[in-house]
Amino acid sequence: MNENGIGASVRRKEDQRFLIGKGNYTDDINVAGQTHAVFVRSPHAHAEIKGIDCSGALAAPGVVAVLTGDDLAADGIGPLICGVTVTSDDGEPHRAPAHPALAQGKVNYVGDHVAIVIAETRAQARDAAELVDVDYNVLPAVIDTGSAADSGQQQIHEVAPDNVCYNWPFGDKDGVEAAFAGAHKVSKLDLVNNRMVTNPMEPRAALGEYNPGTDEITLHLTTQNPHVHRLVLSAFNQLAPEHKLRVVGPDVGGGFGAKIFVYAEELVVGWACRKIKRPVKWNGDRTEAFLADAHGRDHVSTAEMAMDENGKFLAMRVQTQANLGAYLSTFSTMVPSYLYAFLLAGQYSTPLIYSEVKAVFTNTAPVDACRGAGRPEATYLVERLVDICAADMGLDPAEIRRRNFIPVDAFPYQTPVVQCYDSGDYPAALDKAMELADYSGFSARAEEAKSRGKLRGIGLSSYVEACGIAPSAAVGQLGAGVGLWESAQVRFNPTGNVQVFTGTHSHGQGHETTFAQLVCDQLGVPIENIEVIHGDTAKTQFGMGTYGSRSLAVGGVAIARACDKLIAKGKKIAAHALEAAEGDIEFADGNFSVAGTDKAMNIAEVAFTAYVPHSYPEGVEPGFDENAFFDPTNFSFPAGTHICEVEVDPDTGVVEVVKYSAVDDFGRLINPMIVEGQVHGGIAHGVGQALLEGCSYDSEGQLITASYMDYAMPRADNLPSFDIDYAPTNPPDNPLGVKGCGEAGAIGAPPAVINAISNALGVRHIDMPATPETVWRAAQQAAAVSA
Amino acid sequence: MYEFNYRKVDSVAAAVEAMQQAEDGKFVAGGQTMLPTMKHRLASPSDLIDLGGVAELTGISVENENLIVGAMTTHAAVAASAEVQQAIPALARLAGNIGDPAVRNRGTLGGSIANHDPAADYPAAVIALGATVQTSKRAIPAEEFFTGMFETALKDDEIVTSVSFPLPEAAAYMKFENPASRYAIVGVFVAKTGGEVRVGVTGATACAHRGFRLEAALGGELDAGGIDAVELPVEQMNSDIHASAEYRAHLVKVMTKRAVEACQ
Ligand SMILES: Cc1cc2nc3c(=O)[nH]c(=O)nc-3n(C[C@H](O)[C@H](O)[C@H](O)COP(=O)(O)OP(=O)(O)OC[C@H]3O[C@@H](n4cnc5c(N)ncnc54)[C@H](O)[C@@H]3O)c2cc1C
Repeated sequence: MNENGIGASVRRKEDQRFLIGKGNYTDDINVAGQTHAVFVRSPHAHAEIKGIDCSGALAAPGVVAVLTGDDLAADGIGPLICGVTVTSDDGEPHRAPAHPALAQGKVNYVGDHVAIVIAETRAQARDAAELVDVDYNVLPAVIDTGSAADSGQQQIHEVAPDNVCYNWPFGDKDGVEAAFAGAHKVSKLDLVNNRMVTNPMEPRAALGEYNPGTDEITLHLTTQNPHVHRLVLSAFNQLAPEHKLRVVGPDVGGGFGAKIFVYAEELVVGWACRKIKRPVKWNGDRTEAFLADAHGRDHVSTAEMAMDENGKFLAMRVQTQANLGAYLSTFSTMVPSYLYAFLLAGQYSTPLIYSEVKAVFTNTAPVDACRGAGRPEATYLVERLVDICAADMGLDPAEIRRRNFIPVDAFPYQTPVVQCYDSGDYPAALDKAMELADYSGFSARAEEAKSRGKLRGIGLSSYVEACGIAPSAAVGQLGAGVGLWESAQVRFNPTGNVQVFTGTHSHGQGHETTFAQLVCDQLGVPIENIEVIHGDTAKTQFGMGTYGSRSLAVGGVAIARACDKLIAKGKKIAAHALEAAEGDIEFADGNFSVAGTDKAMNIAEVAFTAYVPHSYPEGVEPGFDENAFFDPTNFSFPAGTHICEVEVDPDTGVVEVVKYSAVDDFGRLINPMIVEGQVHGGIAHGVGQALLEGCSYDSEGQLITASYMDYAMPRADNLPSFDIDYAPTNPPDNPLGVKGCGEAGAIGAPPAVINAISNALGVRHIDMPATPETVWRAAQQAAAVSA
Repeated sequence: MYEFNYRKVDSVAAAVEAMQQAEDGKFVAGGQTMLPTMKHRLASPSDLIDLGGVAELTGISVENENLIVGAMTTHAAVAASAEVQQAIPALARLAGNIGDPAVRNRGTLGGSIANHDPAADYPAAVIALGATVQTSKRAIPAEEFFTGMFETALKDDEIVTSVSFPLPEAAAYMKFENPASRYAIVGVFVAKTGGEVRVGVTGATACAHRGFRLEAALGGELDAGGIDAVELPVEQMNSDIHASAEYRAHLVKVMTKRAVEACQ
């Protein structure tokens, strides 16, 4: 094995610059003549704007410009778009209210953008922003997800009666009803998937520069997908034609989905820098991140399962009301629909599934993809419901899962909800996880805990998710405005080192290492001679960016394909140089050799020959530089079983996660250390959602959890050491045999934690976040019932 | 942050004088509360008078059965102090669990009690230990010092110079942390000093206070047997998204019991 190739835990190449403080984030970039922007934001959740008086702000020291929605409209810029169409039950496309980048006559959530104030310094811009006098007529606000569509509610958008964006029924309703009618038992559960603030460490930022000489705008953004930003800003927001717009996503300090979307601030900064002919920088602060980054989750659901007398699942029925917030963020519509309902089969062979999703508008921040996007919501619902089924049938949670798992020999497995799972061995992951968690030793541990006054509980979660987003034709059919292939260019320089250009974007995932390992493995080039380049539309070919754990599964394959092309070309060049037939050339470990001889040529020598083609095969182009685009034929389907063990202090309700075991199937691991890091982070995210994180608005629409004083993020001391292992299968649809690992923990963990708490307390259900008070109350109730 | 004048002083007298001259001045100690408040534009003092250079305000000593801690002594210094660990270990532990290392290395005892955040830790100890707050003007008994939410008996130009804690026979602090801020949702400090058991409660209500009902149930003994039966006035408890009034009232009792047990 190549010591830095596939399967090696190579230390992250990018960490050198991060650890010595030489990362280059958007806010680190300063340019001559730069101005500073501050946004005036709505303090009200819902209000008409009767007038905006900018005169005070314009007269303030250092102010360069104050621009409002009228200026934006006059220049024909915007509005922001939602890129995926979902057809509502009336056959019409989802209701899409106008989404101006600066308010036009109305604000719809606290934090909504009203004006941009640009000044010589940031402090001056902040001072002046306070002087923008906005005359509001405050309207009643709609906040609560569950009641947003109730009759009598204030209507937020003219185009959306009852505040409904879409009603989206999916599946065989009649078949499901018939199965329920004939079922031995029906288990039912009402549950909430709590709203989260995504919270990347680096707040969003934008720096716009306009060059009047070339008529080009350069936008440095905190983006997970620079080309998608460029495309949307050009084609839909009229900022500038694609060839006159450069988008750079330099080092980006985490995204978790929140930096996929095209935000108002980004468009406005890009437009403003051209308007005032000076660079404009906006650096969002943490409060703005809480108020105006897209949030995640926020579902209210009812789930039912029909079973036969053996606990076999016959049919599942789901009703979900999903909050999309005040406006449609870039990919919002697809999250509670395609990314959710298509995952409702979970790991089970449930033959019939019917779901109804009602997506609603509220006067809250827009809701869009957040780590897992739709799949955590689906998994939480399925895995909680399965535990309820087990309780109702008197079966062990592991046993009911086993009875309903899709059998190993059924793969590829066509679910009743569109997806065709590539590969899986669900019993293997369950067995391994139970062993890792010492499942059979649990009752002894629970007894011991009892002697200390603690309630110990254990919970399983057998999740499946869809990664490697996505086959273009499939998403096109569903109403996406883009294809979801990925691109790569692998370029040898004449001296034999390699630059790899990827259309994905690394913002913490370690692509610069993992992708270098792929190339190192395939081409035999030393890893230190490989540089991975991403994130700049002026440097890399069009690419779709990073989200949905797609970078390796789709982007990695594109790199491998480009390497294939280099090897094929290299064989021609080597054959000529070694005076052999092309068919006799073999390539291994970086060497082209003539089969059965010791005649060989290193790939670096081949590259040199290609650039200095003095003696060269006829008909072969000079240069050693290949590109490839890869459009997957299927999603990939990582899966696994996570087992969480908790101890509850019944006197206070405090939950301690004492043991956490995860066995995942990610297919082949390229860098096990990086994968482990992704699993750790994902589990922390999922435990955070289950125990700590709850985004909360008051009835007037003020965000109560607008800082870390009130929004609880998971910290090291909230988590145990994780026990992690793998039960890989080989996905036939992925040429690299990889599946994706970035979201698994956030998907698998929440139900594992809540199942464990329910088990500890002996209660049917407890909603997330299971805060000490909620748990204490549940414990009190359980004690009262059993007394 | 709005503009302000920065004043560096080297004595208590100079600090008081600077304050008297300022239009709307504020003292700054560790700045761990003051500066975030200013950054969020919730406070806009005309002058910030920095007590950081006033040597007479720092230091830890034990005199006449009292532990005396200078107002500018940081939480980290209290936590690490051999004198404090020896004299009142519960106080050292309390200080060592405030905020995070950055906060502990800047934040001070004087700043904490002068600020009187209803969720701050120190006030519970100051009250339960029957401490005396020494200021530039007078000596204030603990029970008269904390007057309401973010309010104390201090006058605008009055500086806390030190706090003197009578040495207890036994003491313990139990904190129920807010999962987000890690301030006290409820903090209970129990101390037995000179044969008397006192309970100081923070976090639960608008103002740190003595838990008289709890003390009555303890009856001067470190025996928590009677605590469960105590009825606390739920309507006076704070209530927020992290803990309702009812839950806080419950936690006060649980923390009291645990503090009493830890005293033994
Ligand atoms: C992230 C974070 C976490 C925290 N967690 C906790 C916690 O868990 N528990 C806890 O108790 N606290 C916590 N704190 C608060 C911390 O303890 C502060 O240090 C303390 O509240 C104020 O002390 P300071 O020295 O920083 O005062 P400053 O912020 O400088 O001043 C605070 C106020 O006191 C006044 N003041 C300061 N010194 C004097 C003096 N000698 N005489 C008169 N007035 C004075 C100032 O004028 C100002 O009004 C936390 C703070 C932060 C930022």
